[in-house]
Amino acid sequence: MSAQPILTRREWLLSDRPASRMQARLGRAYVAWRRFSANRLALLGLLIIIALLVVAALADVLAPYSPTIGDLKNARLLAPGAAHWFGTDDLGRDIYSRIVYGSRWTLYVVILVAIIAAPIGLLVGTVAGYAGGWTDAILMRVTDIFLAFPKLVLALAFVAALGPGIENAVLAIAITSWPPYARIARAETLTVRNSDYIKAVQLMGASPFRIVLRHIMPLCISSLIIRVTLDMAGIILTAAGLGFLGLGAQPPLPEWGAMIASGRRFILDQWWVAGAPGGAILIVSLGFNLLGDGLRDALDPRSGDQ
Amino acid sequence: MTAALAIDRLEVVFDRFRALKGVSLEVQPGESFGLVGESGSGKSTLLRAIAGLAPVTSGGIAVDGRTLGRGRDKAFYRQVQMVFQDPYGSLHPRQTVDRLLQEPLAIHGVADGERRIQRALDEVGLGNGFRFRYAHQLSGGQRQRVAIARALILEPSILLLDEPTSALDASVQAEVLNLLEEVRRRRKLTFLMVSHDLAVITHMCERLMVMQNGEAVENLAASDLVERKVTKDYTRNLLKASEGFVRA
Amino acid sequence: MSTLLDVEDLRVTYPTRTGVIEAVRGVSFQLGRERLGIVGESGSGKSQTGRAIMGLTPPQAQVSAKKLAFDGIDLMAASPRERRALRGNRIAMILQDPKYSLDPVMSIGRQIVETLRAHERVSKAEARERALAMLEAVQIRDPARVFDLHPHEVSGGMGQRAMIAMMLIAGPELMIADEPTSALDVTVQLDVLKILDKLVAERGMGLIFISHDLRLVSSFCDRVIVMYAGKVVEQIKASELRNAQHPYTLGLLDCMPRIDADRHPLPVLDRKPEWAA
Repeated sequence: MSAQPILTRREWLLSDRPASRMQARLGRAYVAWRRFSANRLALLGLLIIIALLVVAALADVLAPYSPTIGDLKNARLLAPGAAHWFGTDDLGRDIYSRIVYGSRWTLYVVILVAIIAAPIGLLVGTVAGYAGGWTDAILMRVTDIFLAFPKLVLALAFVAALGPGIENAVLAIAITSWPPYARIARAETLTVRNSDYIKAVQLMGASPFRIVLRHIMPLCISSLIIRVTLDMAGIILTAAGLGFLGLGAQPPLPEWGAMIASGRRFILDQWWVAGAPGGAILIVSLGFNLLGDGLRDALDPRSGDQ
Repeated sequence: MTAALAIDRLEVVFDRFRALKGVSLEVQPGESFGLVGESGSGKSTLLRAIAGLAPVTSGGIAVDGRTLGRGRDKAFYRQVQMVFQDPYGSLHPRQTVDRLLQEPLAIHGVADGERRIQRALDEVGLGNGFRFRYAHQLSGGQRQRVAIARALILEPSILLLDEPTSALDASVQAEVLNLLEEVRRRRKLTFLMVSHDLAVITHMCERLMVMQNGEAVENLAASDLVERKVTKDYTRNLLKASEGFVRA
Repeated sequence: MSTLLDVEDLRVTYPTRTGVIEAVRGVSFQLGRERLGIVGESGSGKSQTGRAIMGLTPPQAQVSAKKLAFDGIDLMAASPRERRALRGNRIAMILQDPKYSLDPVMSIGRQIVETLRAHERVSKAEARERALAMLEAVQIRDPARVFDLHPHEVSGGMGQRAMIAMMLIAGPELMIADEPTSALDVTVQLDVLKILDKLVAERGMGLIFISHDLRLVSSFCDRVIVMYAGKVVEQIKASELRNAQHPYTLGLLDCMPRIDADRHPLPVLDRKPEWAA
């Protein structure tokens, strides 16, 4: 190997002697990206999620009609056509516009749940795994109690107690989805807590809090990101389920689950009313699943070290 | 003169298994002391007990005449540091060398971090080119150098070495042993070194203790080994085994 | 000397996304019914050489050789099926850590019996008989007891002996031992070597002993091949190691601390790029 005076950007990123913190970090990200982008399906998943983001951001531009006000007189339950791509519903609202606006609510639910549930799970799991003993026993029994109930039933109970509405649905889903994250984080913590590099930090005199926060959590984050991404589909479905049962988003919010619920009455004659939001849920769920699978290959801490 | 490290009838019990059965030893300041034995002899357990990583059931450990309690305070870690056996397991897989070396400085609130990192890297012969690498971008010998730099950065007076070269190739072992001797001379360190390899211990240490099944077999000076002045059969067997295979 | 194994210009390469890694770059040697040591440091390609002869290289690796013949059989041309038949039957391999090469959920005795019955048609009773005899041959004191133990219930030395018993049961003519004693305590290491030495001598096997420990290998083997960066840098009779020519061999011999030599600092290897050329 000869030293070249001018490095291409790729060589700079892949350099095995980075000259700064930044270069080291970017190099690492680039390697992960290369591994991720080698997987076509993962790229498709990423594309779907990016499309979802774009649609949500540009809903005002993309939607030709209002999502909440329909033309009751002329446009009830029209079949898909040039004027209404996905047809209209029983209140004469354009389903395409409602789906476009509904993407915002889907993102809202998914992101809020991830922001609330993942950190709770991470914290509970790493603390339980690192502390061991009584702390571990108590935290994990609490986790078990949450895990013992079917997710939807528990979420239903919470929404019933908190009152219907999309914010409460988000809260209910978050409360019911952290336990698996806690389990993963704990399992991951148990595999690293006795490693020499954690012992070495203990020998530096680091406090347990510092060890968990700065040395253990970063190791758990990638498996957690993967799991959360794979769970996104489930979260969307739970939110849709709550919406379907009338406990999530309330009319006239164009939430996809609630749309299916209201379309159920005409499912045999006007299939598109329920079918279009159903298709949207399917595609977005698929996107998150593919993305999660790709991330699993790209971020796997075991293969990442070699 | 107070001993740098005094161990008095130390017992360690793991789940009813007596890993260490009342071992005593004293290491003088600036001395290099070796612990030799086969697996299960308790040599690593002794090291870990001193570092506070193994449960001490009875007996005492004193550093510079100060008896240690159950816990270890920050002052202890500035005085005593450790280098582990497996260079592949002792560096955090997601941290750069820079981050690894910064951590002890941050924990102890050391002000002149930049200078110390530079010095530590230069001292272990790595230089700045290695500063922002991750552990997986380093060879086994380089990793062990980073581990030594990390142990030195708090400027301790006692270094606990747990088989620091047994996972390395012979030629790399020689480099790391030379490096350890050099930093010991320069920083006037006290070494307590564990190894299964008699030759490594005789090379590195002035005095040594042979251990078996959690007990001390005998205490020797390195020169005793050179002159084959050993009294116990076990030590004699070890000596013979270290010379390689002899066809009957 | 009849040639048991003939290796000429053996190459093992691994294509990766960043380029081709050449693990073994043109290794040639011949082996009779003798003990041959292959010595080198990590990354020298010594284990890759052993695995390539055994046919155990991972599928993404490319193995090529001008000649790779075992007892006249062209291994490069042999079908996977033929190689499988050779493996275990006429060529056997011992790996470093018995923990990873023995099946953890099967008793040691059964594993030996299964190995035997996979290669020979023998009755269950006879297989058991021969397995017990084999365990005794590797100096396990209470073969009947060890027969029923699982791998995790025995010590490292015992496990390695069981592994040797399992590998020898089919009566192989060539044994490849990849760091067979590195995971063991020094005293146990010598016991295992003694057993290996006796069996090789009694059965007239060829043995390839792969190790990083030049001193150990030279005390055990008849001939030593020293590998560096995928190439053979020196072939020498073990008894004449003192007269080795190549600076790498000399450096390896010199850099080990010795009990009766006071050398501070230890001489270190000054790696020359031309060694790898």
